[in-house]
Amino acid sequence: MSEKVLMKGNEAIAEAAMRAGCKLFFGYPITPQTDLSEYLAKQMPKRGGLMLQAESEVAAINMVLGASAAGERVMTSSSSPGVSLKSEGISYIVGSDIPCVIVNVQRGGPGLGGIQPAQSDYFQATKALGHGDMHIIVLAPANIQEMALLTGEAFDLADIYRTPVMILADGALGQMMEPVDFGAKPVRELPAKDWACNGHGHKRLRNIVNSLYIQPEELERLNIERFERYKKIEENEVKYEEYLTEDAEITLVAYGITARIARTAVKLARAEGIKAGLFRPITLYPFPKKQLFELADKTNRFLSVEMSMGQMVDDVKLAVEFKKPVTHYGRTGGVIPSPEEILDEIRRLRREI
Amino acid sequence: MKKTFFKSDRCKGCGLCVTACPKHIVELDKKTINAKGYHTAYCVDDDKCISCAFCAIMCPDAVITVVKEEKGK
Amino acid sequence: MINVFENPKALTDIASHYCPGCTHGIAHRLVAEAIDALDIEGQTIGVAPVGCAVFAYNYFNCDMVQAPHGRAPAVATGIKRANPDNFVFTYQGDGDLAAIGTAETIHAAARGENITVIFINNAIYGMTGGQMAPTSIPGQVTTTSPYGRKPEIQGFPLRISEMMATIDGVAYAERVALDNVKNVRRAKVAIQKAFEVQRDKKGFSIIELLSTCPTNWGVSPVTALDYVREKMIPYYPLGVYKDITASKKEASE
Repeated sequence: MSEKVLMKGNEAIAEAAMRAGCKLFFGYPITPQTDLSEYLAKQMPKRGGLMLQAESEVAAINMVLGASAAGERVMTSSSSPGVSLKSEGISYIVGSDIPCVIVNVQRGGPGLGGIQPAQSDYFQATKALGHGDMHIIVLAPANIQEMALLTGEAFDLADIYRTPVMILADGALGQMMEPVDFGAKPVRELPAKDWACNGHGHKRLRNIVNSLYIQPEELERLNIERFERYKKIEENEVKYEEYLTEDAEITLVAYGITARIARTAVKLARAEGIKAGLFRPITLYPFPKKQLFELADKTNRFLSVEMSMGQMVDDVKLAVEFKKPVTHYGRTGGVIPSPEEILDEIRRLRREI
Repeated sequence: MKKTFFKSDRCKGCGLCVTACPKHIVELDKKTINAKGYHTAYCVDDDKCISCAFCAIMCPDAVITVVKEEKGK
Repeated sequence: MINVFENPKALTDIASHYCPGCTHGIAHRLVAEAIDALDIEGQTIGVAPVGCAVFAYNYFNCDMVQAPHGRAPAVATGIKRANPDNFVFTYQGDGDLAAIGTAETIHAAARGENITVIFINNAIYGMTGGQMAPTSIPGQVTTTSPYGRKPEIQGFPLRISEMMATIDGVAYAERVALDNVKNVRRAKVAIQKAFEVQRDKKGFSIIELLSTCPTNWGVSPVTALDYVREKMIPYYPLGVYKDITASKKEASE
């Protein structure tokens, strides 16, 4: 039975996490994400879970490390500045090969920045979330249904590949309300957590969860092994959506809330006889490189639309390998672009073809 | 009768057992060194040993085990 | 033949990397003895710090988790909240606990986390080669206080056990020393008591162990013991700073 409920993005993530069996959440207040933890503070005690507010985001991510090392599904959420504080802990979690889910409800930056929605943490999430050779899976919902769906999938992906998985949303999606159906979630086969540190009970060898390897050859071996897992992720877990890209002369590339605005701009352009289309990455890592590379044979140029000074545009260029021109249009600091201003940019590019 | 047993390969010659022994019968063997290059501790006079295990209590490297004779019933 | 002294089972049979005479080795043994005494190796998870004891995960036979520098109390919180029936202890140095990890220490204590913190105070950063620590004593020469620690420049050391005693979530806080047999024996009792407090779910327990660092203090292991007695104990008085389990009569003695 479909269970349609009208819900805020932040709360949809929280509800989906509980339904995915997440019993532990460690957070810290920061706008625009806080109502996610407030929802859990109210709900979890009634449903056998625990929401604990830590003394800082640094402590929170390390509590996540502990609970994950103990074998539990665990989540934390924050917003841009808080995620910066968590980067060391996230790198340790990656280095320890243990799973968790991290939510970043982005806000304007850098610095204290602002509290309006933004997408200026793309580089941080996909390239520079922590020190060392590492990636984490990054999922970018564009609506409240996906906030719920992708959260459920994030827990599965985390357990399957033994890695942190990030839900990269933004303040708009966090605060918006839309109907959500929690029923539809694919079930995946999950590996046992025989590595967990939950007391050997004299029934198994002791487990060690650790990311320190003083011998370079051993650390290298583990990094190579991890990157083989990343290759599997890149082969099997890419997700994207295309809209009117079959005959598009100008293909917009946008994710999250911006993809919805870009979609309207595409419709407005089509109404004026301009063949525009939209390619929406849902997984930012693994980035849909192959699909964009193939699309480059059909379209004349790409326009990366982001709420930032241009970050994903670099990945589009790399994916397209410069077969076609790739430019960026965006607003930053928390300013949300309007469909009309994107349409103006499409018109300008159309004149250049 | 031997009451103290030293795992000499583990000894780092730190001397904490030497100063801890109330009978002053633990010394570092200056004549030999172990694989790590340390002069290792040993008991110079087992008969004087009262099995107090002070040496073992102060040993940071779990080198020493101590026994004592079972008193006749 | 009766065994008077043998090594605890919870201690692995691996030669430690610690410097000759470093009292980390004694502290490890005492923790392992407490785990044996309560027979909880199968339910215990230890959290190793970053510092000389970063390799602690090689020396205990229970499950071990290696935490980022200073974050062991937070990692321990996560482990304990995941499985409240497990025993969780952290093993941390003074840089780990009293510098970068101060907030984690205070707030784990304030939350009354049912964990046991083993705090090795040797007033110096050992692993990185002898820098000033938050517990370095005024006048103490280190590589980053080469002219001796000057409070007017580098401030004053922190007395952690006293601080912990002011926090309601703390059930047991004691400072001990490892400089002689009598004190080591007291330390053994204190550590076992801390694990018992955890077993009885009374709240946060912390044992501060005044320890030596012969290499970075630049003295022999035996002289280092004297340094603990002459310099550290006067600045860091030994004793039980908090014990909510003590009956009113005992506490007032």
